[in-house]
Amino acid sequence: MKVLVPVKRVIDYNVKVRVKADNTGVELANVKMAMNPFDEIAVEEALRLKESGGADEVVAVSIGPTQNQETIRTALAMGADRGIHIEAPHEIEPLAVAKLLKEVVAREEPGLVFVGKQAIDDDCNQTGQMLAALLGWAQGTFVSGIEIKGDSAAVIREVDGGLEHLEIRMPAVVTVDLRLNEPRYASLPNIMKAKKKPLDSMSAADLGVDIAPRLTITRVEEPPAREAGIKVCDVAELVDKLKNEAKVI
Amino acid sequence: MQFGLTEEQDLIVSTVRSFVETEIYPLEDEIEARGAVPAEIGRQIRDKVLEMGFYAANFPESVGGGGLNNLEFALLERELGRGSMALTHFFGRPQNILMACEGDQIDRYLLPAVRGEKMDALAMTEPDAGSDVRGMSTTARRDGGDWVLNGTKHFISGGDHADFFIVFVATGVDDTPHGPKKRITCFLVDRGHPGFEVLPGYKSVSHAGYHNVILKFEDCRLADNQVLGAVDGGFEVMNSWLYATRITVATMCVGRARRAFDYALSYAVERKQFGKQIGKFQGVGFKLADMVTEIDAADWLTLSAAWRLDQGLPANREIASAKLHASEMLARVTDEAIQVYGGMGLMDDLPLARFWRDARVERIWDGTSEIQRHIISRELLRPLGG
Ligand SMILES: Cc1cc2nc3c(=O)[nH]c(=O)nc-3n(C[C@H](O)[C@H](O)[C@H](O)COP(=O)(O)OP(=O)(O)OC[C@H]3O[C@@H](n4cnc5c(N)ncnc54)[C@H](O)[C@@H]3O)c2cc1C
Ligand SMILES: Cc1cc2nc3c(=O)[nH]c(=O)nc-3n(C[C@H](O)[C@H](O)[C@H](O)COP(=O)(O)OP(=O)(O)OC[C@H]3O[C@@H](n4cnc5c(N)ncnc54)[C@H](O)[C@@H]3O)c2cc1C
Repeated sequence: MKVLVPVKRVIDYNVKVRVKADNTGVELANVKMAMNPFDEIAVEEALRLKESGGADEVVAVSIGPTQNQETIRTALAMGADRGIHIEAPHEIEPLAVAKLLKEVVAREEPGLVFVGKQAIDDDCNQTGQMLAALLGWAQGTFVSGIEIKGDSAAVIREVDGGLEHLEIRMPAVVTVDLRLNEPRYASLPNIMKAKKKPLDSMSAADLGVDIAPRLTITRVEEPPAREAGIKVCDVAELVDKLKNEAKVI
Repeated sequence: MQFGLTEEQDLIVSTVRSFVETEIYPLEDEIEARGAVPAEIGRQIRDKVLEMGFYAANFPESVGGGGLNNLEFALLERELGRGSMALTHFFGRPQNILMACEGDQIDRYLLPAVRGEKMDALAMTEPDAGSDVRGMSTTARRDGGDWVLNGTKHFISGGDHADFFIVFVATGVDDTPHGPKKRITCFLVDRGHPGFEVLPGYKSVSHAGYHNVILKFEDCRLADNQVLGAVDGGFEVMNSWLYATRITVATMCVGRARRAFDYALSYAVERKQFGKQIGKFQGVGFKLADMVTEIDAADWLTLSAAWRLDQGLPANREIASAKLHASEMLARVTDEAIQVYGGMGLMDDLPLARFWRDARVERIWDGTSEIQRHIISRELLRPLGG
């Protein structure tokens, strides 16, 4: 079985994101970029599946500008076998990504797609679900445990009330959550091998997908700075503040 | 000329950086306060690095190492330099000099060191012989087919965790036109060997948790196969392998300076006084300009010295310049980073005071700044008959 893992290039989680002076987006120039942390977890899970004999090939795919090839190389350095780069603007929307991935799935015919549950830049949490819908495949979202059982998979989902155990049909799209695993570092031997691993490049047009934006961004702003909290003396004061100052009750 | 990194080099840098940020930074305060690295933590770091295939990255692949060249290794060390040395010690970079191992030494020392099974420490310095290495008074004399060692070494780094020691001792004196000159031989000595004792060293202001020890030899009897390299050839092994440690010091200084600088830069935009970001005051802004200029200069000086080694070009002077400039730059940059922070810069709540303390030793070990200047000037003057 082949496992497909989409990997997104995002601003490194250590970087303090700044809004551009003209409020059209966030500052990307000279900012350290890295693989979306949830996608690292997806790559790790695919590699573990391969190492335990449950998969025979791990293919990493990234959609975005040429620099996204660095993100694919990172996946290859972790141990993925092959990469696919689809040239597109950085600001591509989840629906367009899902449509492109659908075409990749049609060509590659993987048994599983491991996707991060969301990307830490726009936090959309949509791509995996849209892809499953477009493919008509089963989906397991927010997954913190997975076991493959022939043509189905037992997944554990992190839901508000606790953990939900589900059995899903394969092939399937699985969106991975934080607690699924702890991703490995790239290894030195794999770093040295990464460059020799195949990396195909293509454009959205090659796949016949219209990626024109469906949404318009009107303005990007910093969230309001959080003000310091206050201490109240008793419940009466609390109720009063909630009513008259915060105006929430 | 080409100043960019290859994709592999880029990945080496980002992987080691992320390892240091994730695995080393969170432990630093505790290790600093404790003043020692518990063996268990050292083992955990070592095991992770072994798993990543980064252990002994400075050794050729033929002996199981990572096979990095000098430039790549300098890039790796630069990232390690950001973290506490007490902890990054366990990232495992055995002394290159072990490549001089021959015969059964390969299985007893070289391979176990590369596999992370044994740790080494290197001992040259003595209470009466620091810069003047050849002035050492620890001796080995022939007795039957064996050697008998007597004397004391001090300031031996990493000796608390070392399983064996690479020790330089005097094995005779030659009369030369410049006066008597000691012959030096290098020995491999196991911890626990009869007549050999490892004693606690001094408490240092720099690198708490990275300890130095004192070694005592009292009629310590060693067989012939404990000699590393040729008898009386200690200086040759030293010269063939020890240049690498000066590049290591230089590049680690660059990494640490960048980390200190990152703090100063972010504070300069965050901190407001007199209603303005302090970075907007020329007094602070120009400091940042000088700091980054000096760091970049040290960075390129060091990388180009490492590159020269890889090209087989003469590099002794360049390595000395890199070590000299990078260690002196680090002293200034860590000092100024504290200045940008004002009073908070001195407090234990931030790592800046630690960087500043740690910076002090870099101008002393692996050849003092004066000795580096001596090497540089000698290399300049000698060809002119000086
Ligand atoms: C924390 C620490 C760890 C160390 N780890 C190790 C280790 O693992 N293994 C090891 O073998 N050694 C180690 N050393 C020793 C280190 O290499 C020496 O401290 C260093 O070489 C200087 O020797 P010294 O301290 O005896 O000073 P000295 O050589 O006595 O120098 C005193 C002063 O005189 C100056 N001076 C000396 N000669 C000249 C000259 N010709 N021209 C101008 N100035 C001169 C020096 O620059 C210095 O300012 C360590 C030292 C420290 C502090
Ligand atoms: C150990 C210790 C004991 C102390 N004891 C006392 C005490 O007993 N009582 C007390 O009241 N205070 C005390 N202080 C506070 C001390 O006086 C302040 O730390 C000092 O005035 C600097 O202020 P700051 O630390 O807030 O730095 P900041 O004022 O924030 O300065 C940060 C940096 O910005 C620079 N800067 C600020 N403004 C300008 C400008 N206009 N132009 C150029 N550069 C500028 C500063 O020079 C510095 O480099 C103590 C501080 C320490 C560290």
